[in-house]
Amino acid sequence: MEIFGGINPAILIASLMVAAVPIMLAAIGELVVEKAGVLNLGVEGMMIMGAVCGFAAAVETGSPAMGFVGGALAGAALSAVFALLTQVFMANQVATGLALTLFGLGLSSLVGQGYVGIKPPSTGDVPFGPLAEIPAVGTILFRHDPMVYVSILIVAAVWAVLRFTRTGLVLRAVGENHDAAHALGYKVQRVRLLAILFGGAMAGLGGAYISLVRVPQWTDGITAGAGWIALAIVVFAGWKPWRVLWGAYLFGGIAVLQLNLQAAGARIPAEYLSMSPYLITILVLVIMSSDRSRAALSAPAALGKNFHASR
Amino acid sequence: MLRLEKRPVPSRFWLWGTPVLAVMLTMIAGGLMFAALGKNPVVAIRTIFWDPLFGEFAWYFRGQLLVKAAPLILIAVGLSLGFRAGIWNIGAEGQYIMGAIFGAAVGLAFYPADLWIVFPLMVVAGAFGGWLWAMIPAILRTRFRTNEILVSLLLVYVAQQILASMALDALRNPEGGGFPGSRNFGSYPAAANEEIIAGTGMHWGVVAAFIAVIAAHVLMQRHILGFQIRLAGQAPRAARFAGVNPSRLVVLCMGLSGGLAGLAGLFEVTGPAGQITIDFASGYGFTAIIVAFLGRLEPVGILLAGLLMALTYIGGENAATNLGLPSAAIQAFQGMLLFFLLAVDLLTNFRVRVGRLA
Repeated sequence: MEIFGGINPAILIASLMVAAVPIMLAAIGELVVEKAGVLNLGVEGMMIMGAVCGFAAAVETGSPAMGFVGGALAGAALSAVFALLTQVFMANQVATGLALTLFGLGLSSLVGQGYVGIKPPSTGDVPFGPLAEIPAVGTILFRHDPMVYVSILIVAAVWAVLRFTRTGLVLRAVGENHDAAHALGYKVQRVRLLAILFGGAMAGLGGAYISLVRVPQWTDGITAGAGWIALAIVVFAGWKPWRVLWGAYLFGGIAVLQLNLQAAGARIPAEYLSMSPYLITILVLVIMSSDRSRAALSAPAALGKNFHASR
Repeated sequence: MLRLEKRPVPSRFWLWGTPVLAVMLTMIAGGLMFAALGKNPVVAIRTIFWDPLFGEFAWYFRGQLLVKAAPLILIAVGLSLGFRAGIWNIGAEGQYIMGAIFGAAVGLAFYPADLWIVFPLMVVAGAFGGWLWAMIPAILRTRFRTNEILVSLLLVYVAQQILASMALDALRNPEGGGFPGSRNFGSYPAAANEEIIAGTGMHWGVVAAFIAVIAAHVLMQRHILGFQIRLAGQAPRAARFAGVNPSRLVVLCMGLSGGLAGLAGLFEVTGPAGQITIDFASGYGFTAIIVAFLGRLEPVGILLAGLLMALTYIGGENAATNLGLPSAAIQAFQGMLLFFLLAVDLLTNFRVRVGRLA
């Protein structure tokens, strides 16, 4: 079966799963951060630092695994600056998040200067043996690199922790009402710090996936707004982990489809196809936020507000 | 043990002391960064901050200072109005691009007519383009409560694609031999934004920036709208009781900042840049966010902050040619400045006390 002038649906689905990984990781990390009541707009900056540091680590060590570790560490390190500023210095979260993005974009192109035009060590597929040979299903499910599966496992883990564990309950309490959580004896700032670091590590991991697998090379501004799309997906998902997964697949699908249409020489100029993921993100945001009751219910109540214990 | 105590009212001293402190801290941290890059930190800082103003080639750099500062100030003044009211237009880069495209399109439509009306019409079109692009997030927020931060930012990427399309297709120079990019306004006097006083860098964008600073100052200090903006930012509930219409404020603030960003784009494309090209967007819209905060969201502060930030651009270029300092280092340096500013801002609103709570 062939649609859209020679695009094989099985390959399309397989490649949208790959395209979705960076935004899925960044969005699930940001979901945890926002569930703790913190709005970190620096996702784009943390992603691109993860992309360049992950790339550098992989090239220097020759191991993609070290690259992913390096990317996560870089993202976490940058988010630590955000945590310091917002949790200790009480800085405005919106402004600090923007600063993180601006700084990350500058620093990444500084760090990445020596890495332009290099190929990273390739990340192999998980060997599923005969499973990978099944027609269609094998292509879609069993011929991916490990990070595709890891990202889904992380979504499942975040869902389970938020829903079934005490840790998840404390995190949500801090995000809904930090004064009440503080009165109960929970360390609001410590919980938020850990959530921010987790979010940074996930964004960094997602960034490393872009430079190591999705593209794979280093160029300035490689994330091209993926961090902002991840932020939009958290809203789209109504702060629910599994919906982040579907949201990421939806946007992965759009990204892959428009690239395929460009390659297939569609009548629409390439520039208009390239802007479609951003336009569709805006459209989805509008639909999600226009429903007054749903949007108001699902956002953490203390989102974006700083907490200062007066006594 | 250090302890923070909230001040009853923000400190007046630190309100203006913090930007100065932040600049000094950034110079120290930036010096460390330059040292890590293998440059002499003292020489690097002097090349960036001193030489463009007082060095051998200062006569050239001083003119450049106004050229770089004008778009930053123009955009930042607009942004500061919204930021004060808690309306976050962070897509000024997109509005800047759209202003340039709209203005350039009008100018090119008249080519080669030599009429005095062409340039004023382009200015109006530029402001309209930026205003229109800012109206998208504004209307979406007031109608559907969509987050204006995300929408305005995502529209930057859309604007960049439109820019590429314009440079390659609709506005391409028919006599350009197939190369991307529009006609150069430098060779079309009726539409060019030339220096008003030769050698000073003083062009119409600089004039517009000064007018914007004065107008914004009057608006914030003397006009009811300025009061409403401040009220909405500091006490949204009180503002609603006082009869401030939040939707009207969103549309006004976004529209003003978009229009000013569009003007900045128009003056840039007709003057310093000269033509619509794929890489016309240079990040002024983002740097202006730093300028707005560094200027404490006050028009006069923004004027000074814009000049300082322009200095880092020029000094950065100077350091790039003389010391081989990567140009990206300056971007990181500017980001660092915003970090330090946000960190030391603590001193404005809190007192740092030593010792435990009595």
